[in-house]
Amino acid sequence: MMTAPAAVGSPPGGPSSFTPAPAARFSVGDRVRVRVTHPPGHRRTPSYIRGKVGEIERICGEFPNPEELAYGFDGEPRRTLYRVRFMQADVWAHYAGSAHDMLEVELYQHWLEPAADLI
Amino acid sequence: MSGTAIDAPDHDHDHDHEVDEHAPQTLGDGAAPPSEFELTSRALQELLQEQGLLTADQVRRYMEALEDEYPQRGSQVVARAWVDPEFKRLLLEDGKAACAVMGIPVGSRLIAVENTPDEHNVIVCTLCSCYPRDLLGTPPTWYKSDNYRSRVVHEPRAVLQEFGTVIPDDVTVRVHDSNADMRYVVVPMRPAGTDGWSEEQLAAILSRDTLVGVALPSA
Repeated sequence: MMTAPAAVGSPPGGPSSFTPAPAARFSVGDRVRVRVTHPPGHRRTPSYIRGKVGEIERICGEFPNPEELAYGFDGEPRRTLYRVRFMQADVWAHYAGSAHDMLEVELYQHWLEPAADLI
Repeated sequence: MSGTAIDAPDHDHDHDHEVDEHAPQTLGDGAAPPSEFELTSRALQELLQEQGLLTADQVRRYMEALEDEYPQRGSQVVARAWVDPEFKRLLLEDGKAACAVMGIPVGSRLIAVENTPDEHNVIVCTLCSCYPRDLLGTPPTWYKSDNYRSRVVHEPRAVLQEFGTVIPDDVTVRVHDSNADMRYVVVPMRPAGTDGWSEEQLAAILSRDTLVGVALPSA
């Protein structure tokens, strides 16, 4: 279990270890709002970020749903995971740092809705 | 294993197998009863050992490596990135693939984030203590503290200052919440005065804290 595999790895330009996400609803740069809901159970969406608006920074791929895995289920169907970038000033009312400061959070697709729908 | 056996922290082994006195002790130290997770972990290990699928020595060696060997890996990876632009490009694009090139197996997806003159990165897991163990070993106590986890997301500059790291106002502070399936490592800026240094010399100035982003390396 401790032995390193043969040092080969993906050649540059080869297959990425980030799994593709063909069912991704959002694209990089899309504005999204985190849903405000407080269901019981194991959730990977921090409370502080619910209701905040940010921008898709990257699509991480598709992963077993941690909200199901936590209870011994298989996590299927897989869910698309995003990195969402928030400006700190949009997250905290009295943020003391620079206006450029950012916070990035990993969020599953079912926790996100298009920010444009809210206007 | 019967229910009564696992209820008692110092239970006698009432089933038929050799007790290895040197087996890792994951049960409570007497200060508090062991948690359900500790008991489950212990029971699982015993079963795996009974089936011959795992030995106590393998577990011990893994824990030893996690303390002694793994913390060196992150420094080695970043030192390589400092001297090899092509490797650095791969590391930033796909951290797991880059580590595999160095023979370092990384279990999860790894996102390497690069400090630049315009941007400083810092890592936290606000939900628990997710940490790039494959590269840095076990997380330090402060990384797991409520104080760090709750404060670094909303007052990162104040927290960094408490670590002695002052980030100028014109540099963006970018906080990464490692709250789900990704793991992160910071690629600090290579300090001046390190021209011609070997990878080993460079790795020596890349401490754990510089790779989490609460400190800056210096020559």
